[in-house]
Amino acid sequence: MNSMELPSYLDQADPVRERFDRLKQREIILEVKDLNKKFDTSQGQVTALKDINFKTHRREFVCVIGPSGCGKSTLIRTLAGLESPSSGEVLLDGKPVFEPGPDRGMVFQGYTLFPWLTVKKNVMFGLEMHGHSRATAEGEAMEWIELVGLSQFADSYPHQLSGGMKQRVAIARALANKPRILLMDEPFGALDAQTRGKMQANLLEIWRNIDITILFITHDLDEAIYLADRILVLKAHPGEVNELIEVSVPRPRTVEQFISAEFLATKQRLEELIHPPSEEDESLPMHMVRMAKVGDDVEPVE
Amino acid sequence: MSSTTQWLAVRKPLPPKQTALLTIASFLLPLLVWCFVSYVPFIWHPKIEVTEPGGVTWFKKGMLVDRELFSDQAMLAAEDNRAAPKGDRANPVYLPAPHEVATAFYSAFTTEPKRKSEKWLHESLWHSITVIFWGFVLSSLIGIPLGILCGTYAAVSRLNEPFIEFFRYLPAPAFGALAVAILGIHDGPKIAIIFIGTFFQQVLIVSNTTRKLDVALLEAALTLGAKKINLLFRVVVPGILPELYRDQRILLGWAWTYLIVAELIGTSSGITWFITQQARYKNFDNVFAAIIMIGVIGIATDLLLAALGKRLFPWEKHQGNS
Repeated sequence: MNSMELPSYLDQADPVRERFDRLKQREIILEVKDLNKKFDTSQGQVTALKDINFKTHRREFVCVIGPSGCGKSTLIRTLAGLESPSSGEVLLDGKPVFEPGPDRGMVFQGYTLFPWLTVKKNVMFGLEMHGHSRATAEGEAMEWIELVGLSQFADSYPHQLSGGMKQRVAIARALANKPRILLMDEPFGALDAQTRGKMQANLLEIWRNIDITILFITHDLDEAIYLADRILVLKAHPGEVNELIEVSVPRPRTVEQFISAEFLATKQRLEELIHPPSEEDESLPMHMVRMAKVGDDVEPVE
Repeated sequence: MSSTTQWLAVRKPLPPKQTALLTIASFLLPLLVWCFVSYVPFIWHPKIEVTEPGGVTWFKKGMLVDRELFSDQAMLAAEDNRAAPKGDRANPVYLPAPHEVATAFYSAFTTEPKRKSEKWLHESLWHSITVIFWGFVLSSLIGIPLGILCGTYAAVSRLNEPFIEFFRYLPAPAFGALAVAILGIHDGPKIAIIFIGTFFQQVLIVSNTTRKLDVALLEAALTLGAKKINLLFRVVVPGILPELYRDQRILLGWAWTYLIVAELIGTSSGITWFITQQARYKNFDNVFAAIIMIGVIGIATDLLLAALGKRLFPWEKHQGNS
């Protein structure tokens, strides 16, 4: 790849820039202010998140990426209310968040469908917690199951579904609560590449058609660029915001854009941020020696 | 080579045919050993059953004497020119042959009790089953909820588990005399012993099972808006149900092992009364039959519960047994 020919990842075509201008006019759904998270471990205090600040606007799709150990999961768990911040605050519609609640739907990386409930009952769970009657809950659940295309599996148990189907149910289950924001913690990380691609397209389809803001954690650069309006790049030790990138790839997104100039430019920038040439890597070089008996007859030795 | 790899593959399930074969063999092998010892005269048989006393005055027909004693007496008789005694090699009275025990399985039920006040075998067995039932049910009524609470709330666990951990080392039979003093001599103390033997283990096992529930399921429920009581009854309880059911099956087995001690406390009763009574009359075929009956009832209930479990929890992946 000849990086010289690529435009800057900051260059935005007019429609893209106009879209971002409109997006920033929208109301703020989630605001993170000076968020810090420290853990006490046997080796002393570890700072998982340091001075995190960002905002997401209504119907925005934000991806969070970063090297492993940068506190991506801690961040999303704090937003969900599953962890409490050491300092700083998380505001949802301007109100601080203290505990988990159905206004922030969450889809986990592991499969967290309730194994003892059928697909339909899983989706009904949140609705029933809300005090909906059984009949209303069932009706609404079926609509969401229909939306993710699993009507014929409504009465199946989770163990009868494939990984991709399970995550579709998990998305339906979270959306059925009509959350203000959908938090997704590497939801497709355990899926095979093909299924993951389909799930990404499905997710964009859902996002386009309903009024939902999405915060999506991933370590897959392509996934982040394909899905996101903006990408929040974290760095590790401690987990800090490295850069907040506006993705210049125009919407609607297609798989063909993976080789577009904007896509590659953004990807190159992400690579620089996430995999900076480090001394650590260079201090541990490999020692490849061509084994005498291997493959000389298959392929000439250079 | 291939047959060895099939039979002794490390941690691989056996094909169904081999599985069935080995299951049968696991019962047949001990039976075979028992048959050998019983029916092959030159294996063991340390006694001689006298068939003709001959010149030995104190021998009687049907008497069991040590082989050494018999040959001494036979030698003495020969020196005195008395008629030689005759006899066959036999096993001691406490080792009846399989066929005798097999007949006892039937005849023990049809033999009238020696005294009017005594119970028939089926009545004794039923009495044992009711004692187990009440001991186990009472233990479960308190033990399961307490165990679930211990597994869910750290505070409940801290308040209860240290003491329970200590108490479970106290052997249940040690409370026999105390139980009789408090509860009288009938079924009360017996049920209490089974309760004590089961309860403390039960709380610890159930709390442990509760703790093994995937935290992610609880977190998912929290993000869906579940709170406190719903979290307990809509997530924790259904989440551990299949595992809890398996625990109960194991605990029921333990309850059975306390039965004999429990029934010896106060007035001896149930199957234990039958066994001690029959041993006193030297009806060891009945003793063996009664002991085997306990095993048969135990394993039959367990198999029944296992089969029921598969119907109760359709969301469980049915792989392997248990």
